[in-house]
Amino acid sequence: MSSAGMPTGRLVRLAETARAPVGFTFDGEALTGLEGDTVLTAILLSRGALRTAEFGPEARSGFCLMGACQDCWLWQEEGPRLRACSTPLAQGMRLLSAAPASWPESLA
Amino acid sequence: MSRVLIVGAGPAGIRAAETLAGAGLHPVVVDEAARAGGQIYRRPPEGFTRPPETLYGSEAAKARALHGTFDALVAAGRITHLPGRSVLALRDGVAHVLGEAREQIRHDRLILATGATDRLAPVPGWQAGGVYSLGAAQIALKTQGVALGRRIVLAGTGPLLTLLASQLQAAGAQVAAVLDTAPWRGQLAGGVGMALARPLVTLRGLRLRAGLGRVYHAGVTLERIETDDSGPTAILWRDARGRSHETRCDMVGLGWHLRADGTLADIAGARFDWDRAFHQWLPRADTLGRAGEGLYLAGDGLRILGADGAELAGQVAAIACLQDLRLPHPDPAPLLRRLARMRRFAEAMARAFPWPAEAVGALPDDTVVCRCEGVRAGELRATLPLSGPEANRAKSLGRVGMGRCQGRYCQLAGAEIIAAASGRPPSEVGRLRAQAPARPAPIGAWLSEATGQCAGEAD
Repeated sequence: MSSAGMPTGRLVRLAETARAPVGFTFDGEALTGLEGDTVLTAILLSRGALRTAEFGPEARSGFCLMGACQDCWLWQEEGPRLRACSTPLAQGMRLLSAAPASWPESLA
Repeated sequence: MSRVLIVGAGPAGIRAAETLAGAGLHPVVVDEAARAGGQIYRRPPEGFTRPPETLYGSEAAKARALHGTFDALVAAGRITHLPGRSVLALRDGVAHVLGEAREQIRHDRLILATGATDRLAPVPGWQAGGVYSLGAAQIALKTQGVALGRRIVLAGTGPLLTLLASQLQAAGAQVAAVLDTAPWRGQLAGGVGMALARPLVTLRGLRLRAGLGRVYHAGVTLERIETDDSGPTAILWRDARGRSHETRCDMVGLGWHLRADGTLADIAGARFDWDRAFHQWLPRADTLGRAGEGLYLAGDGLRILGADGAELAGQVAAIACLQDLRLPHPDPAPLLRRLARMRRFAEAMARAFPWPAEAVGALPDDTVVCRCEGVRAGELRATLPLSGPEANRAKSLGRVGMGRCQGRYCQLAGAEIIAAASGRPPSEVGRLRAQAPARPAPIGAWLSEATGQCAGEAD
């Protein structure tokens, strides 16, 4: 059932595969990563992109992976955005590629 | 006791902390990562099993020593480590820090060891998702055990290009091509200088290069990255003899050596000079790293000397701090002699693997320069009649440097484009002034009350 390693993802696991699975959702779909994955790693093992760009037609999949470029921001169903490259995946995270429908009123 | 704050827990920050603790001070070390080590000695999360020999290769012993030193200082309560936090602003002896919550850290003296990022030159098509920095590909491999694509092309120049290609191959990734924009002639001339300064390190680089075999190409001109909805599909390039090639790929890693991250140094009041050898703006400091009243700089954020140089610079900056506090300190002279050798090596390396100034200046008008906001070279050039040509005015009018990365990945290319279009050197175009916050921060964090003074007043 693990979606990690599905051929549709952008990333490929080369090592450190013996870790506990961690379940989360991305745009409502159930996915599985491994303990110690960043949010970016976990999503891009099953998907090609994190979100679309705000200023162009391209997809966004992270760029520097060291918290400097701010390319990998993602939304969470409960509101605050997070930086996918430096946020560890946690069980039950509900992540979104676009702002929740209620935004910004829900955070006002 | 004097309160010293160190920003950055890489090789420079760790050695600075060790030196201060050795003199009886209790420094506070703030770092963005969850675990200390910096980028080159970055550690995977707890529970990962590959040994340092796999992660850091020939530098494994140095990585072990550095991590061990830092962990022991923390365990003994001789330093305070505040991981997972970004310094957003510095003012009147207070660092405004954001992690899980906002904190204010009072300090009397400040050592900035904020390191460097990849130095990026735009390539048409690089705005696609699936194009990464070389550093990103190395971090992904080292700390997550993943490759960022199935068929990888690495392009740019600098020591990381060869090292990363070797590391990816050794880990089982498919590297389709390594495209070095540095011509052979300059690599040879610079290589002689590198070998004179650090023969063993140079030899190790040559061995890695030889191991890449026919995948590696020098003196390449990058034409464009072909993309579709899925990201990169191929890279078009010309070899040193001008012949056109197309290499299929689903990931492109780009990087032209490093760019010192001077954001916090600027906010802390450091001055900057154009450095001809490194072809970028670097903060002004004395030989020990003093850059202002109570302000010390060390590591790749000051001079791009690499990890070994950063360890030395961290010690030296801490010694400067101890001198100013009139406390007993080690003799800096032997460290400075070794730093001088690192500098000779680094300057020769900069000659061997130069920034492609001409190619960047001549980028087609439709090339995206600012990856954050999709601003193209032609839009930047169009600001020239009004902007001066001055980098900050061009930023106000054209928005290159105003996006979320705050110019970290576009400002050198932007300056080169303005310089070429106005017929002057990039040093005359000027440097983008850094602004707080140094990282994007939610407004809510600013409205809520900061927790006061934190561990800065431990003891």
